Amino acid sequence: MKYIDDRKVISTMKPRMARNMIFRSLFLLATLFGLLVLGILLYRILSQGLGYLDLQFLQSLPSRRPEQAGVYTALIGSVWLMAVVAPISLFLGVGTAIYLEEYASKNVITTFIQINISNLAGVPSIVFGLLGLTVFVRALFLGTSVLAAGLTMSLLVLPVIIVASREAIRAVPKELREASYGLGATKWQTIIRIVLPAAIPGILTGAILALSRAIGETAPLVVLGLPLFVAFLPKTVFDIFTVLPMQIYNWTSRPQEEFHALAAAGIIVLLSLLILLNTIAVFIRNKYQKRY
Amino acid sequence: MAKTMETSQSQTERQTNGTGSNEKNIVYKTKELNLWYGDNQALKNINLEIIENEVTAIIGPSGCGKSTYIKTLNRMIELIPGVRTAGEISYRGRNILDKSYEVEELRTKVGMVFQKPNPFPKSIYENVVYGPRIHGIRDKKILNEIAEKSLRGAAIWDEVKDRLNQNAYGLSGGQQQRLCIARCLAIEPDVILMDEPTSALDPISTLKVEELMQELKKSYSIIIVTHNMQQAARISDKTAFFLNGEVVEFTKTTKMFSKPDDQRTEDYITGRFG
Repeated sequence: MKYIDDRKVISTMKPRMARNMIFRSLFLLATLFGLLVLGILLYRILSQGLGYLDLQFLQSLPSRRPEQAGVYTALIGSVWLMAVVAPISLFLGVGTAIYLEEYASKNVITTFIQINISNLAGVPSIVFGLLGLTVFVRALFLGTSVLAAGLTMSLLVLPVIIVASREAIRAVPKELREASYGLGATKWQTIIRIVLPAAIPGILTGAILALSRAIGETAPLVVLGLPLFVAFLPKTVFDIFTVLPMQIYNWTSRPQEEFHALAAAGIIVLLSLLILLNTIAVFIRNKYQKRY
Repeated sequence: MAKTMETSQSQTERQTNGTGSNEKNIVYKTKELNLWYGDNQALKNINLEIIENEVTAIIGPSGCGKSTYIKTLNRMIELIPGVRTAGEISYRGRNILDKSYEVEELRTKVGMVFQKPNPFPKSIYENVVYGPRIHGIRDKKILNEIAEKSLRGAAIWDEVKDRLNQNAYGLSGGQQQRLCIARCLAIEPDVILMDEPTSALDPISTLKVEELMQELKKSYSIIIVTHNMQQAARISDKTAFFLNGEVVEFTKTTKMFSKPDDQRTEDYITGRFG
């Protein structure tokens, strides 16, 4: 006796196909919703800010008069911040990932560390701001300098880099490591010649995501007490400075309509910077993937 | 009653036991080796001697400890967490299980070819010179010489000499495995360990690798783990039969496949289990 009745299969075909279509449309709607909101956002910002966006806006210092105000100090400040955050967080993050994945033996302590790193990724950024205020600004007397902000931001994005790097390192097939060890290579030689080159696309993706987060983050910098108005550029990492999101935050909190448009223009600059960063990441990733 | 395999040769062959050849050069001497994975004992009181310039085959059913044993010979087994060993394996007179024996030093003398071809995601040339490079050779001319010599030694030179700079992943499985053998030869090893080197290959590639082994045994001592009993019979001088972590029998291959001493060996090689 057959358990599956052909006639019954045919008769239930229509409702099955219909249900399939319903869910398909539902998920398409979900996708479109996100795109739509993003579209509206972009339209609002572009229509409001494009008029103010010109070379003079990029080259001007902040000012009380909206027609003279620009993002120069904030833009350069953001670049300074990245220059501090990128090397520190990459070295600490990738170093931690390598240690945990390649060197550390799996025991209670390393498991404890791993769980805590995952938890750290979920800690609100404002808490990192408080940490930075206590340790870097006050205890280490760094003040609201580029270095203090950079170190705080590095801590903030560290968990993201560690988690992404660990996953990238773990994805390198163990057969490759065995082949290297089998030829008498040390752990370090295996890491630097085999594991890291294979893991670099994944590590870079994580690093760029982390940097993108650092470049847009505002709350911890507010807690650190970064000034909203800085009319000069930092010369060393010990100077005070401001960054794009702080400048945007400053402008949006002003009552005048013109400053809101300036904020929109500032957002365009910030978004362009993010797109530029991501493009670089994609470029490097493709280059490495082609070789391997 | 059991009928032996076609390879059975003269039954009057000298009944040399593997442990009785003192006059020859002993490469590896395993004494009372025990090994545990956690609480699981995988090897029990192993005693084996590996002789220079011989092919020693290790056969046995899955899970009998043969791979574990060969991985102990270059301490690759240590990559598995929770492994404990007791006993002694002396390589050229020095106990390799002694922690003061640096594994990197050991593995420079004892090369390994793995079950699945595992070339690096680099060019063919870079794969071969990887070993010499990590051992500090930088001179381009010497590296080129090593590359050619090793690729010739692994009988793959003619197939790849025009595309040394292409990615090794573009080679077929059989070519990749011979490239891995070339990579292993490039460190100029004393012993080559092969862990089921043909189990992932098609019959023709298998044949090529087997022919290569015949060639290699002139200059190297080879220890090979294999699931394929015909392969063991074809290529090895001595065979060890492992069962449940113990060495049931270790003797000349010709004897092993014609007149084994142990009933279990006979049952296994005639295909009654395993």
